[in-house]
Amino acid sequence: MPRNDSPDTMPSSSSKYFVEPRYYTFAHPPRELILKSGEKLGPITLAYETYGEPDAQKSNAILIFHALTGDAHAAGWHKGDKKPGWWDTMIGPGKAFDTNRYFVICANVIGGCKGSTGPASINPATGRPWGLGFPVVTIEDMVVAIKHLIDHLGIERLFCCAGGSMGGLLALKWSVLYPESSRSFILIACNYRHTAQQIALHEVARQAIMSDPDWQGGDYYGKTIPARGMAVSRMIGHITYMSEASMEEKFGRKLIKKEKLGYDFSHDFEVESYLNYRGTSFVQRFDANSYLYLSKALDYFDLSEEGNLVDMFQGVRGSFLIVSFSSDWLYPPYQSKQLVRALKANDIDVSSIEIQTSYGHDAFLVEVDGQSRLIRNFLRKIERE
Amino acid sequence: MRRDHQIILEMVRPGSKVLDLGCGDGELLFLLKEKKSCRGVGIEINEQAIYGCMEKGVSVAQGDIDSGLQDYSDQRFDYVILNDSLQEILNPEKVIQEALRVGRRVIVGIPNFCNFSARLQIVFKGQVPVTKWLPYKWYNTPNLRFLSLKDFELFCRDKNILIEQRRALTHHREIRRMTNLLAYMGIYLLKKGA
Repeated sequence: MPRNDSPDTMPSSSSKYFVEPRYYTFAHPPRELILKSGEKLGPITLAYETYGEPDAQKSNAILIFHALTGDAHAAGWHKGDKKPGWWDTMIGPGKAFDTNRYFVICANVIGGCKGSTGPASINPATGRPWGLGFPVVTIEDMVVAIKHLIDHLGIERLFCCAGGSMGGLLALKWSVLYPESSRSFILIACNYRHTAQQIALHEVARQAIMSDPDWQGGDYYGKTIPARGMAVSRMIGHITYMSEASMEEKFGRKLIKKEKLGYDFSHDFEVESYLNYRGTSFVQRFDANSYLYLSKALDYFDLSEEGNLVDMFQGVRGSFLIVSFSSDWLYPPYQSKQLVRALKANDIDVSSIEIQTSYGHDAFLVEVDGQSRLIRNFLRKIERE
Repeated sequence: MRRDHQIILEMVRPGSKVLDLGCGDGELLFLLKEKKSCRGVGIEINEQAIYGCMEKGVSVAQGDIDSGLQDYSDQRFDYVILNDSLQEILNPEKVIQEALRVGRRVIVGIPNFCNFSARLQIVFKGQVPVTKWLPYKWYNTPNLRFLSLKDFELFCRDKNILIEQRRALTHHREIRRMTNLLAYMGIYLLKKGA
């Protein structure tokens, strides 16, 4: 059981705590991982981080899944970091995922570019980066790979699996693939299959990358990266992560470094400059091919592919908390409700909420207070069961 | 403890599986879990109330009562509870029938819109009643349905719904006689008629 040695609400520590990524390599040939596509992949390295300490029975482990462009660095600081991990507001001493009570783990998915095996990794067969030679991976493949890590860490049953956006899909897939191996699941701003609109938006992002001449069929490593295509795809992404209201609130029609319109094609509006800044900074930190692979994995995701959704949850156990956001048009609340209904139909314990917010899809990173209250209390409830 | 909660606790058998429609901040479900070892789940529309449920460790799905029952299979629950929420429902007949489908028994708590004080206000003041239990004015009431205990009992008779227990409350105590005149609230334990 999770330890009870910390008061319920410890003040969040303002002092930085430092973490270091760790690595686990498995699936060495000839025991490669067989992917959903039928192809083999191995050896596989996963980058992961942990926060807090496991209890004696390793029964207090919480597995966090990251979103599309996230990584294993969910919380704490790396030496030289300008900012902490991507969910540091939620993971740490006294926070929603309280590291005084829980042993929190986050791993970079396969296909990613943040330390885990992906298209930018070296293909052992050729000694060169995989590029498009990397096999197409699915959400299921990512989950299976991370299960190897959890087994390696000696954790038989997780206390909770949690994630937002792509992370939510991964946690959801885990619940179906390994129903016995987690006591609870927190799914935030996600759905059970990618819809036509979500696929369409990804396709535009992929085409932006692939039509950049620097992309060169994915073989750009050591050469010029497809920076323009990457930037455009990230700009599209950012639009989908916000809502009309949040953009209006943040930018409105404010001009950038100008008193009046320029009547040219330099930037007039703040929102243009913001998107460009986001686009170009993304180029520095993410691999274009990884973006293609991960977005494809998301588009392939359909929990109901082998039948109807209600049947897919037969045999699923544990308690669920499902959170959606009113202004999220990328993963709209009605899609979460479909999930809730299917779980209810299977007599699975599920709590759900649609948080009223103008932040759009980004809310899962921004709406800290509401989510913290929900998650903290949900986890306490699981402890008592 | 609220007296209506006390009565509902008395109606429910220990260890039952309970669905509370319009569960608010989860107080009743919490009591049912703590005092009667029930397994409960709530449906509630209000976001803030849901935080309250979660703080009490009560499972709750956000949704409205009118469409909240369709996902459940027949006889899934031992009890479906509609306490002080029926009057706010768009389609109460359908909801009660659905509740009788998914629950073996249904507990309904309703305010009595025709108690003594309300009648006096209509007759002597010529105004739509405002009472301690019905504190709203006509322009801000969440209530969509206005009924008396007698109305509800006639409804049950017409729809072949069996009333297994009926309890009535004034502001001070439980009463057994002249309930439609004196009670501000009635609580019914219902079952599908043969």
